[in-house]
Amino acid sequence: MAKMTLEDLRKLREEKKRALNKRDIEGKNVQIIVGMGTCGLAAGAKDALDSFLKTIDENNLDNVAVTQTGCMGLCYVEPTVEVIVEGMPNVIYGNVDAAIAARIVKEHVMNKQMVSEYVFDRPAADIINDGGR
Amino acid sequence: MAIKNYILICGGTACESSRADDIYKNLIAECASQGVSDDVQIVKTGCFGFCEQGPIVKILPEDSFYVQVKPEDAKELVSEHIVKGREVTRLLYDKNKSKKHAKVEDIQFYQKQFRIVLRNCGFINPENIDEYIAREGYAALEKALFNMTPDDVIGELKTAGIRGRGGAGFPTWMKWNFTKQVENDTKYVVCNADEGDPGAYMDRSTLEGDPHSILEAMTIAGYTCGARQGYIYIRAEYPLAIKRLEIAMQQARDYGLLGEDILGSGFSFDIEIRLGAGAFVCGEETALLASIEGERGMPRPRPPFPAVKGLWGQPTVINNVETWANIPMIILKGGDWFSKIGTEDSKGTKVFALTGKIRNSGLVEVPMGTTLREIIFDIGGGIANDKEFKAVQTGGPSGGVITKADLDTPIDYGSLMGLGSMMGSGGMIVMDEDDCIVDVTKFYLGFSVDESCGKCSPCRIGGRSLYNILDKITKGEGEMEDLEQMKSIGQAMKKASLCGLGQTAPNPILSTIHYFEDEYLAHIKDKRCPAGKCKELISFNILADKCIGCTACARKCPVGAITGERRQLHRIDPELCIKCGVCLETCKFGAIYVR
Repeated sequence: MAKMTLEDLRKLREEKKRALNKRDIEGKNVQIIVGMGTCGLAAGAKDALDSFLKTIDENNLDNVAVTQTGCMGLCYVEPTVEVIVEGMPNVIYGNVDAAIAARIVKEHVMNKQMVSEYVFDRPAADIINDGGR
Repeated sequence: MAIKNYILICGGTACESSRADDIYKNLIAECASQGVSDDVQIVKTGCFGFCEQGPIVKILPEDSFYVQVKPEDAKELVSEHIVKGREVTRLLYDKNKSKKHAKVEDIQFYQKQFRIVLRNCGFINPENIDEYIAREGYAALEKALFNMTPDDVIGELKTAGIRGRGGAGFPTWMKWNFTKQVENDTKYVVCNADEGDPGAYMDRSTLEGDPHSILEAMTIAGYTCGARQGYIYIRAEYPLAIKRLEIAMQQARDYGLLGEDILGSGFSFDIEIRLGAGAFVCGEETALLASIEGERGMPRPRPPFPAVKGLWGQPTVINNVETWANIPMIILKGGDWFSKIGTEDSKGTKVFALTGKIRNSGLVEVPMGTTLREIIFDIGGGIANDKEFKAVQTGGPSGGVITKADLDTPIDYGSLMGLGSMMGSGGMIVMDEDDCIVDVTKFYLGFSVDESCGKCSPCRIGGRSLYNILDKITKGEGEMEDLEQMKSIGQAMKKASLCGLGQTAPNPILSTIHYFEDEYLAHIKDKRCPAGKCKELISFNILADKCIGCTACARKCPVGAITGERRQLHRIDPELCIKCGVCLETCKFGAIYVR
């Protein structure tokens, strides 16, 4: 790389900051948990996960952490995804494919509007003492 | 392709020596073979500071904290955590409470820490300048060059109230100001990375984990004081730190952040590395400068101070690695921000290398004013093997001991000095009931005697005399006059020695005589070593009612000093016994005791 000017340095910093912020876990108040047990994977959870990451990237969201977990017990509507946004109820979505994943990011995370037709209840929450998490 | 997981591997010297590099290579290979290479970014970063539990591997965004990872574990980490999203419980820190304690913020070791100097250690890849830049790297330089005059910079340091982290604690702004005020065409900026205290490795980890922060700070000093050339004086025993500094310097030059006309500002500055040959005295600033010049590493009388007449007789700003690492943050966040951290007399944080008989040895950074109890018992997890705390040694061969009674003292420059110890560079060695104070003191003094350059007689002769007296005491030949004699030699050395090495070398003795006089008296009067460490003063014996005659000790004894028939009471011949302690470790019945 050639020698930088002040503008070059600032531009590079902004660019790299976005990349590095994804690694930082502080200040992330939105959590998307993708169920990636065998059932989830077989139903296409990986596509959903990739779509989440891609959509988050495209929209420059740096407050969203995407993690994965095992089977949530809703195998009939896999792939399932839990979305936790501050100030909103925790929501479980079912039948999430790549397109729905992109909608969840745009509508739920960015506009605080649930994607109602894909919301499912957590199974047997009453037997899970700590709220199932 | 979007990245799902980040794997951070500690690339500090401590973890590298426990095969962190093999883990790194295996993880890359496993990710490739399991088809997830595109989902994962694997980063080798600087020291996490939790060296006791290394090698450390951290996986984000789950923030799972894996400890004592082996190269063979790479396969499971990838197949379980990355592919299936399941944490590998057996490798998590504190397995019993895996879910709860796996997260970094839950580990008590990190809870009381506050990281300024180590802000990037364990997070960025130190060999990639882009990652440093992304963490506000070189933003302080930018601010200084384009928005601040040299006087503004000095004003900010003055407001911050930062004092040198190398040991003596001289206000940094004054040093810089002295050099700035001298009218001279040639001036220099020097980084003292000749870290030499036994057990101290703060500077090494900072250089390995965040080399650019030092380069940035030195460049700011160059701009402030009017220097065009900097030198980093580092011990040749730190190959990894040297390598990363060289990479960092090359990257900074390629980007135009070092060299001619930095960022088009018209200001030019460059840095060179000078390797030390491992002489402790070269950590003393005037000896260090002599060594850079190619002379023998011996101190010169001060004044004149290096700030006015330093390297090749020119005005020179010289600071320690940790001081440098603070500078960019002070410039960026302002002196006010910095001055709110710490105590009245000592601002900011201090990095300590916590070692010795401690459960969590490692690198800790705490705000000034944190108590020793918090560092040793909360962060350090207390004494290893549930032994009794005896004392903590701070300040290395220049410092002294602090006992249980003073554990609640908030740490700052003044309070440690008041206790007869000193801040020093940050080595903190914890001792338990099994450590003999006289023996430990002899070790420190032996270190200073070996490392004395021999130029001035108080240090050269005084140190040797003190060592001989201590040696006599540990052999049971001490007399009561010895204590007074040591005190008077010590005082003479403090007053008359040329440099810090000789002036502080008697500190360990004076401090331990003050706090542990009873232990000295036990050696001198009773010819007894209470901790059972001084070989001439102890004997190994067998308890008649506990020995069952299993012959285990007799078979292990390297000199055949133990005799006895099977199922009969055994006996140790004191004439033959070399007091190695193997029998004590071997006996399963507690039949062997030390007197």
